[in-house]
Amino acid sequence: MIISIASGKGGTGKTTVAANLAASLNQPVTVLDCDVEEPNLHLFLHPDIQSREKVIAPVPEIDLDRCTFCKKCMDICRFNAIAVTANTVVTFPELCHSCGGCTVICPENAVTEKERILGTVETGTVPLPDMNFGQGLLDIGQVMVPPVIRQVKSHRAPDQGITLIDAPPGTSCPVIAAMKDTDFVILVTEPTPFGLNDLKLAVETVRLLNIPHGLIINRAGMGDDAVYAYAKDKNLPVLMEIPYDKAIAQAYSKGDLIISQQEDYKEKFQTLYKKICLLADSEKCAP
Amino acid sequence: MKELVILSGKGGTGKTSLTAAFAGLKSSLMLCDADVDAADLHLIMAPDVQETHDFVGGNEAVIDPDRCTGCGTCLELCRFDAIDENQGEYTVDVLNCEGCGVCVDMCPESAIDFPRKTCGQWFVSHTRFGPMVHARLGIAEENSGRLVALVREQAKKRARDAHIDLILTDGPPGIGCPVIASIGQASAILIVAEPTVSGIHDMKRVGELAAHFKIPAMVCINKFDLNLDQTRAIETIAREKNILVAGKIPFDPAFTKAMIQIQTLLEYDDTCPAAKAVRNIWETVMTHPAMKLERLM
Repeated sequence: MIISIASGKGGTGKTTVAANLAASLNQPVTVLDCDVEEPNLHLFLHPDIQSREKVIAPVPEIDLDRCTFCKKCMDICRFNAIAVTANTVVTFPELCHSCGGCTVICPENAVTEKERILGTVETGTVPLPDMNFGQGLLDIGQVMVPPVIRQVKSHRAPDQGITLIDAPPGTSCPVIAAMKDTDFVILVTEPTPFGLNDLKLAVETVRLLNIPHGLIINRAGMGDDAVYAYAKDKNLPVLMEIPYDKAIAQAYSKGDLIISQQEDYKEKFQTLYKKICLLADSEKCAP
Repeated sequence: MKELVILSGKGGTGKTSLTAAFAGLKSSLMLCDADVDAADLHLIMAPDVQETHDFVGGNEAVIDPDRCTGCGTCLELCRFDAIDENQGEYTVDVLNCEGCGVCVDMCPESAIDFPRKTCGQWFVSHTRFGPMVHARLGIAEENSGRLVALVREQAKKRARDAHIDLILTDGPPGIGCPVIASIGQASAILIVAEPTVSGIHDMKRVGELAAHFKIPAMVCINKFDLNLDQTRAIETIAREKNILVAGKIPFDPAFTKAMIQIQTLLEYDDTCPAAKAVRNIWETVMTHPAMKLERLM
């Protein structure tokens, strides 16, 4: 069972939900932070990182002794990553999407591929029973986010286990890469005009991917009722509400879990998981 | 002309509410919403849209089943897992297609079309604070960096034509492609940070990004009284990294109440402590040397 936690945009409580749900489950769980631009989950779960691997993308390298400057590589490249002049070839690795077009089209076999580092994936365990952890870190100045996310996701739990994915914000390629091929999406929102606007976009995204989904309303009571009306109108099940509470905000500010401050929340998060099991493909749910 | 970009490392720190509050503090400015993925500034600005344009992003491969002979070259060459094969029939999974066109160029039967696609829209509007350029990227579309660049380019062009000398840009979250597209050639960035462990982490990352691209950075702390230890930690980190602390805003429900009324903080209540703090921050930001320097844009 793979559950991703998304929100349209940051700051709505995605990480809070991911961390608390993971720590409340009485079964083995793997938690993956796919918000690789700004991963925060480690600040709440304090993982012991045991291994690090680089995320690598192939980029072209031109052998100028073989090159005849025919420009076929430049013509096939849609990302302007190769410029050919009369007697030299310049490549722009930061623009390259690693499609390999230049390699296959070169009639002189003058293109080889070297490795460019996009970021790092770290994995380890959390000092809680049966919890594995993984996160991606995009290198500063890099733009190719989806490959980093896909590599984090390759560390999901074996078949019977539960995987929780903390997704990045937005509705474009990074969040699609995170949500794709997951069994259920939790959408976290807050009851404000901004929260509602971003929720609508997130709902469109998850419906496009055709994944079962439900809503958690965080900071309930802070704004207005428009989010509830929208949920009703769209048949969006409200799975849980977390009240607007200064104690919860302060716990978050220190990197504490809600369940370590308010004991009853552990049961609430367990109930949340049971509700998800009823909405998702039941075969995916661990016994 | 100058451009101040408001960033935060991630959403939900009050970036848009602060941008909106600033808008009322100068008589002539251009507003620009560079968070094209989840644009929110229009919710407070209630823009009166004057122009709507399509954003034509990349291309998308489409296999013509009549011309396809099922040779499988496209499947073999595609590095993005975007070609599906089902009983000899080949189709493109649009969600995976990167638009590289390798399958199009290498298909021996020329059976793959490569139409351009509209990935979103961008708008030029009137608001009660001046003109605004904003956009909406289509759901699940790529190229948000290119749309951000386009929105900023248009904001500059329109500001120049209207003799407006300040652009206020509400930036996207993160440190990836859209953020990089939102800060190139900006006069300065203002990071809105919350005094939380994640707020500090995000501020450091976006601060490093600004340093990487040599853009002067300032920081303001929103909800500073939520956790005074973390507020002090932000101030210390900012000092170490040569980032000016432009000010601190107390926790104030007036921000949310203003949002619900479709008002800026200062329109809603210009005497509340948060409003005073916002005014002071604005003064400090506008007197920063980077905001005095005329940039060729």
